[in-house]
Amino acid sequence: MGRAVAVVGVGQTRHGRRMDVSYPELVREGVMAVFEDTGLTPDDIDGVVSGTMPSMMEGVALTHFYFADAIQAVGKPVLKTETCGSTGMSIAHTAYYWIASGMADVILAVGHEKMNEGDSQATMTTVAEPFYQRPFISGAPGVFSMQSAIWKDRFGLSDEKVREAAAYISKTHHDSAFDNPYAHIKIRTTIEQIVNARIITYPVRLLDVCPNSDGVCAVIFASEEKARKMGRKVAWVKGIGYRGDEYFFGDSDKAEWVSAIEAAKQAYAQAGIKNPRKELDVAEVYNPFTFQEMMLYECFGFAAPGEAPDLVLKGTFARQGELPCDPSGGVLCTNPIGASGLIRVAEAALQVTGKGGAHQVPGARLALAHAMGGVAQFNGVMILGSEL
Amino acid sequence: MVKEYKTIKTQVALPYEIAYGATWTRFFEGFKERKIYGTKCPQCARILVPARAFCPRCFVDTEDWVEVSQEGSLVSWNYVNYRYFGMPTEPPYVGGLIRLDGTDVGFLHLIGGFGLSDLEEVKKNVKSGMKVRAVWSDERQGNIMDIRYFEPIK
Ligand SMILES: [Zn+2]
Repeated sequence: MGRAVAVVGVGQTRHGRRMDVSYPELVREGVMAVFEDTGLTPDDIDGVVSGTMPSMMEGVALTHFYFADAIQAVGKPVLKTETCGSTGMSIAHTAYYWIASGMADVILAVGHEKMNEGDSQATMTTVAEPFYQRPFISGAPGVFSMQSAIWKDRFGLSDEKVREAAAYISKTHHDSAFDNPYAHIKIRTTIEQIVNARIITYPVRLLDVCPNSDGVCAVIFASEEKARKMGRKVAWVKGIGYRGDEYFFGDSDKAEWVSAIEAAKQAYAQAGIKNPRKELDVAEVYNPFTFQEMMLYECFGFAAPGEAPDLVLKGTFARQGELPCDPSGGVLCTNPIGASGLIRVAEAALQVTGKGGAHQVPGARLALAHAMGGVAQFNGVMILGSEL
Repeated sequence: MVKEYKTIKTQVALPYEIAYGATWTRFFEGFKERKIYGTKCPQCARILVPARAFCPRCFVDTEDWVEVSQEGSLVSWNYVNYRYFGMPTEPPYVGGLIRLDGTDVGFLHLIGGFGLSDLEEVKKNVKSGMKVRAVWSDERQGNIMDIRYFEPIK
C-alpha cells in the first residue's frame, strides 16, 4: 500500500442553496474550514487536488483554473480528478496515492459543486454520448431506478417489501440530518408521506431521492511523520478500492454490481477485513437513492444477496443498529455532487476520531466511505481507522 | 434577513459534429431498413448490440456482423414522470432494458404501445420478463429513434 496516510482534518461548508456566495467564495469557505480545523496554513500544503462532477454543472469548464486562488494552488502542483458521482472519492484516492507514493507529505483535497446554478439533470444527460445512451438516461433517477428493479427481480423481492424498507431508510436518514450541522435537507417526515410522495421515476418518489445542493468539502491528508507531529487524533487510511464497469449500461451485471463488489473487496483485503458487518463500526454509503442503497449494502457484504430489505426493517443499519449506515443523513439529504464522495470520507474520519458530534456512533474505530458514479459505472471505497 | 445578491443569466450552447465511425454508421444504416445489427466477438462469442468495433471484455475486433431478433424479453424498466433536458419524448414514458433474443447484452429503449398517463395501468402492461417487439417509425432517419418503442407481445 505504500507509505501510511492519514486524514488529519476536514472542513465543510453549510450545504444547501448558496446563492449568497459566488462559486470561488464557496470553495474558499470549505478550504478555510479545513485550515481552521487543522491549524495548518497554505504554506504547509505540498499539492492540491480538486474536482467537480462534470464541470458543466456550473458552466465553467476549467474549475481548477477558476479556483486557483480559492484552493491556494498558486505555486504548487495541482491536479483535477473527475469521475462523475464518485469524483469526491477519486479526489481522496488521488491525495492518498500522492502521499503513499512518497511524492508529497501534505495534500489538500477539495470537492465542490454548486448545483443550483445550472440544470443538474440536463448536465447529467451530457455524461453519455448522443447516439444511443443519452436519450434513455432520464437524468440520474432513470438509470438507478432501472438498476434497483433488476436487483429486486433477481432476488424475487416483492415491491411491497422493498418499498417498505426504502421508506424506512428515507425516514431514518431524514431524521439523522437534524443531527448533522452541515446537512441540507432537514425535514421531519413520516412513512406515509414518503410512500405517497410524488413519483419522480417509478419506484423512486420525491423523498427517495437526493436534493440539488451547493457545497464544498475540503480534507487534508498527511504522511505518517507529518500526521504524528500534529499531535491530534487522526484517521488512518486502512484500504482503498476503485472499479469501473463497461460503458454501456446493458453490458454489465448491475444487480450484483461487479464494480461495487470488487472495489470493496480490494479495500477489505488491504484493511484485513473479513466480516465487514461485524468489523466495521459505521459506514457512509453514497446513497442518492433509497432503493439503490439497499443493493449496495449487499455488494459490500453487509447483507447476503437479497437480504438487505429484511435487515433494514430490523434496524441493522439504523443509528442504534449493528452497523449504522449514513448517520450524517447521507447523500439523500445533502448532495453537492463533486463534494459528496469526499464528504463520505470526511464523515468517516469524524466518526473514527470521535468528532461526530450529535451523530457520533459511540466508540467507532473502523469506518467505510463509498461513492459511485457514471451511468451506474464507477465505485470507490476508502476504509478509515482510528489506529494505524 | 437574508440579503439577495445579483446573479447573471447565461447559457452555453456549443455546436458539435460528432463522428459515428464505420461500425455505428453501419448499425444505424441498418435501422433505415428496419434491421437491428449486432457484432459477434470471435473470442468470447457474445453477440453485442448495438454493434461494436471491438469487444469491451476481450479487446479484439468484432467484425462478424449478425442481424439480431427484433423481439426480446424485458430485463428492467422505469416509469419517468419528470421532464429531463434532451429526452426523446414528453413524460410520462417508460424506459426499458431489453435482452434481444440471441444477444448477450441489454439494449436500452422505450416501452410503449399502451396508455402511459396512469402508473397503475402501466404496471398492468409492463412486467419484467415479458416479451417485447420493436415498433418502427414510418419515416426513418438512421438514428436510435427510428425505433419508436418496443411494445408488449400479447
Ligand atoms: Zn469478447
